[in-house]
Amino acid sequence: MDGTVQQQETKSDAQRDAVIRVRGLRNQFGPQVVHDDLNLDVWRGEVLGIVGGSGTGKSVLLRTIVGLNKPAAGSIEVLGVDVLNGPEEDRRRIERHWGVAFQDGALFSSLTVLQNVMAPLREHTGISESLMEALGALKISLVGLPQLSCGKFPSELSGGMRKRAALARALALDPEIVFLDEPTAGLDPIGAAAYDDLIGELQQALGLTVFMVTHDLDSLYAICDRIAVLAEKRVLVEGPIEDMTKVDHPWVKEYFTGPRARAAQQKGQDR
Amino acid sequence: MAMTPPNITSEQDSDGTLVRIAGDMLTQSLETVENDFAAIRPSDGPVTLDLTDVEALDTGGAWLVADLAGRFTSKGATLQFKGVQPAHAALIDTVSHNIPGDPGKLPQPRGFADWVEHIGQGTYGTWQDTLSILGFLGLTLDRLVRTLLRPWRLRRAALVTHMEETGFKALPIVALMGFLIGVVLAFQGATQLKQFGAEIFVVELISISILRELGILLTAIIVAGRSGSAFTASIGSMKVQEEIDAMRTLGLDPIEVLVIPRVLALLIMLPILGFVADMAGLFGGALMSWIDLGVSPGMFVTRLKENTDVWQLAVGLIKAPFFALVIGVIACWQAMQVKGSSQSVGQRTTASVVQSIFMVIAIDALFSIFFSQIGV
Repeated sequence: MDGTVQQQETKSDAQRDAVIRVRGLRNQFGPQVVHDDLNLDVWRGEVLGIVGGSGTGKSVLLRTIVGLNKPAAGSIEVLGVDVLNGPEEDRRRIERHWGVAFQDGALFSSLTVLQNVMAPLREHTGISESLMEALGALKISLVGLPQLSCGKFPSELSGGMRKRAALARALALDPEIVFLDEPTAGLDPIGAAAYDDLIGELQQALGLTVFMVTHDLDSLYAICDRIAVLAEKRVLVEGPIEDMTKVDHPWVKEYFTGPRARAAQQKGQDR
Repeated sequence: MAMTPPNITSEQDSDGTLVRIAGDMLTQSLETVENDFAAIRPSDGPVTLDLTDVEALDTGGAWLVADLAGRFTSKGATLQFKGVQPAHAALIDTVSHNIPGDPGKLPQPRGFADWVEHIGQGTYGTWQDTLSILGFLGLTLDRLVRTLLRPWRLRRAALVTHMEETGFKALPIVALMGFLIGVVLAFQGATQLKQFGAEIFVVELISISILRELGILLTAIIVAGRSGSAFTASIGSMKVQEEIDAMRTLGLDPIEVLVIPRVLALLIMLPILGFVADMAGLFGGALMSWIDLGVSPGMFVTRLKENTDVWQLAVGLIKAPFFALVIGVIACWQAMQVKGSSQSVGQRTTASVVQSIFMVIAIDALFSIFFSQIGV
């Protein structure tokens, strides 16, 4: 893929190449410590699900990695670039290699859906207006929205459609990494399953690395390659979902062996 | 960044057309080849798309390839891909399956007919708005009277908060404005009156113009800009967040909870602010007359008592509750018209300030005519 990005990565791990590397992260809001000495690796081409109870700092972790929140200590490397202390131009360049879909979409309310998707293209590329429109329409079609929604404003869309539009905007620049914050929260089970399939398909087709904060056990079973559990201010365990049931920690046990988890597991196997 | 710029070449030979695409076909570098792609004239017969030298491909690049392929096939060409990496083939496949069809023609502009329709819509919209705002005024007055009949229903905490926000916190700016108006009137009046040796009439000039008109009018304009905009923006944001709908489902009346405390706060505070502006204006005028014309404060007060009826003050302050009602009702009505986006909040806030200032001035003119007719 991208030349620059690869040079530094080959050093770290022979087989797997870490696109995100978090070391010794500490986040603190006043006296409240959210993360302490948190370590996490995200490998290229995987779908990583981040789970944890409410208030364990899942969204804070996402915001910290994409640079919206400055941590008290620690280092974060994305595609080999130190996003906390690296040179400004490196950080700006790396921002084009990721896309973020926020929980409620965070679409620009004064722009239509198509203009929302075109906004990053307009900012970062020099391509013509007509190609921009074609690519915007393509992204909207890729996330499964009808072409009719191109000219609509975000306030005219349903919650699920807004989430899809947000994904289309996140994909506008063909990023290598996509960050999703609770992508299926608030969707009906059918819509959520369709969204899971969509992410799986796009991940395959576009070779994405997906960093997904979620509560949805169905998503975890359906599309996540690996799961990282946040608890006790750090990543308590990480690994494929089959390993999670064997972990001896009260919260993890409750989460992955409860009735909902069993149902989701059943569904995951049926697929 | 070691990038190979993308390029495309096309040649004809005995086997048909050979189109060669090479380099990094990535969205950020497509601007250089975009026109070359568009310039390829599709032909029929056998066509080979050679992608052997394509080093990187993303959806942007894949779209160009798929679009080109589509143009050839629609011309009746038999298309063949050559040297495509499996990952690239999958991507091109995904993209070509998702290229949206023609979104349909947008309605064509109709020139004159559109223009007439626009005017008609505007006129009808203005009429509808007028009806709606009158309805809102009636609703507010109805709730206001009910609240006054049952004062225990009044939200006292909200009322006091809004009185502080719209009244108490506006005191410094209103007093300063009144003072400066007094100073300016004295200064300008003195220059003119000196020519006739009628300097002492500056007292009447200041007292009548400030007490009857300027004090309360300018106070109302400041309050419309300061508090009217705040009302529209805060209630409008609540509308966007569906807080108003939530209130209704909880059996709370938004008029009673949001509008009445604000309107009532304005009704109480605007006359007080107007009075403060009047006094500050007289003080400024007296000060300037003393400095510039040598009219001593004692003489100013005597002259004021002799020649200015207390009615002059009353005529000014009688208008204050009307201004307050207009500002409050317009601001809250505009807030209730907010739809969907945060941009709408901005538009409605602007409209609220412009409308209420205009209405304040219009009502002031009506009062002027009324008072002069009844001879006050």
